[in-house]
Amino acid sequence: MADASHGTGGLTFDSKRRAWPNELNIFFALILIIFAFEAAGQLLPYMNGQSFLFDTRDRFDSIFNEARLRIIILQVAIIGIIALGVTQVIISGGIDLSSGPLVGATAMIVMSFAQTELVNGGPNPKAVFGPWAFDLPVIIPLLVGLSFGALIGAINGSLIAYTKIPPFIATLGMFLICRGIAQAWTRGQPVSFPTETYALIGKGMMPVYLFLALAILFHFILKYTVYGKHTYAIGSNEDAARMSGINVKRHKVLVYMIASMLAAFAAIVLSSKNLTAQSGMGIFYELYAIAMAVIGGVSLTGGRGSIIGTVLGAMVFGVIQSGFTYIKLDAFYQLMAMGAIIIGAVVLDKVRQERAALRS
Amino acid sequence: MSDDIVLETRGLTKHYGGVHALNDANFTLKKGEHVAIMGDNGAGKSTFVRQITGVEQRTRGDIMFYGEPVNFTGPLDAREAGIETVFQTLALADDLDVPDNLFLGREKTKFDWLGPFRLLDYKAMRQATMDGLEKTAVKIPNIRNTIRNMSGGQRQCVAIARTATFHSRLTIMDEPTAALGVQETAQVENIIRTLKEQGEPLILVSHNMRQVFDLVDRIVVFRRGRICANLRKEDTDGQDVVAYITGAKTQEGYEDAA
Repeated sequence: MADASHGTGGLTFDSKRRAWPNELNIFFALILIIFAFEAAGQLLPYMNGQSFLFDTRDRFDSIFNEARLRIIILQVAIIGIIALGVTQVIISGGIDLSSGPLVGATAMIVMSFAQTELVNGGPNPKAVFGPWAFDLPVIIPLLVGLSFGALIGAINGSLIAYTKIPPFIATLGMFLICRGIAQAWTRGQPVSFPTETYALIGKGMMPVYLFLALAILFHFILKYTVYGKHTYAIGSNEDAARMSGINVKRHKVLVYMIASMLAAFAAIVLSSKNLTAQSGMGIFYELYAIAMAVIGGVSLTGGRGSIIGTVLGAMVFGVIQSGFTYIKLDAFYQLMAMGAIIIGAVVLDKVRQERAALRS
Repeated sequence: MSDDIVLETRGLTKHYGGVHALNDANFTLKKGEHVAIMGDNGAGKSTFVRQITGVEQRTRGDIMFYGEPVNFTGPLDAREAGIETVFQTLALADDLDVPDNLFLGREKTKFDWLGPFRLLDYKAMRQATMDGLEKTAVKIPNIRNTIRNMSGGQRQCVAIARTATFHSRLTIMDEPTAALGVQETAQVENIIRTLKEQGEPLILVSHNMRQVFDLVDRIVVFRRGRICANLRKEDTDGQDVVAYITGAKTQEGYEDAA
């Protein structure tokens, strides 16, 4: 294993030697989990030799079980978009608990600006506003949603940066506020029947493409821009960042704004995919998004992690969820197992950190 | 005033509420000179450094840097003017590598119109880092390694290497070897000698008498917020300096410090 952590002795320059990337570990874990489910399918008596990964039905000529893969990817894509933002928040040393309820609130608000006038020849039965809000160009709901996300993120970030209250508390408060907004918006009534163009945003595999495009964009931003470098620096050593002249407060506001805008965008994709918005949308999403990041090796103490890790974490998350269903594990036990896996991932990260500290 | 003065303070004073941490400090540093600041804990050494480097705002007094009066509003201001400080607590981000840390807060960038999303010029920063390390003879096995994976001595070297990388006009070190082992201390001291050979001016805050006599030209002693002695290394010895530090002696001209 290429390991660059014992560096006291040698005195040569070697700019090419890099540490073993943590992402590879997660990738191997992902493959291991897939094979574990595959083996379970072969070994468990009630599975009748079904395959998790491969296509065992004769009428399709593909190798892989595409339907399952597609469901896994679709399942994680929307929460994955939230996880991209949560990753940045955690790397900067914070946490964002408000993203799930923000999805609910944004979906309700956005859908109200995306409604179509005529449904099956009659007037839209779920209309929120008057006739002026029907059939607006798709850019309007998009802008409304992203602005709302930016606003919530700016409040989160400003509270954390300027009043110095812990991120946990600030975003927990916002968690309740957003869920309240979602419920108050239509007094609990769902908002439905979007325009055709709005429905295209989350149609078919679009959520996956959007997730991957955003993942690539933010991977690039975190790795190759000043914004990314300062995010890591603040999470790594906030005092050092401040002494180096980084405007830590302004940067934190920006990080939370980006995270909330990503959550708002996830809400747009989700409501478009479902063709409806309900005040209960996004329940547990904040925790799932944090779980994806943590499984993907993003350290809750800040400073470490990557978008690639989070994408892999999202895949692990999806595979485990899908795998549990595949081996016919009861939904109640699924939650418990998921919780155990998340705790396990954090413990593993801790152990690895301590080992690295011992080596140096 | 002569041209060869790097730094001069006149009547530099800092009060924290009722606490007079620093009173009327008159200090000069000449080009190529290495000066040590000594004194007991709470004597005002670190306060003095914090006023010069813009970390804090002075209560009154003047600071002249290369003959120009300066008013730094923050540490970055001082850095941009060419004052590089190695703080007691190392201002390094553990999860970043060497070039990232050297350039933190003043990255070399491309496409600056992208604002906070402007691109980092990794190649230029790596090259500048290598040049800086070479100049100070700092040896670090792998500059792409994160600070977390480095020894205390290497970390200190990285902090010091900033000086060389940014062609600083004044280096200030606040107890650079306080937390280091014997070998690592020697490594840091070698770097300081290299700076001396290159004629880089330096202010060294230190408790280590041997180190001070090994490295610097002049010793300024602080006591209870005032300068109480300004000694050329040749005219003094350890005993003498201790007498000034403890208050057994006060140099002529500094009587009000007693």
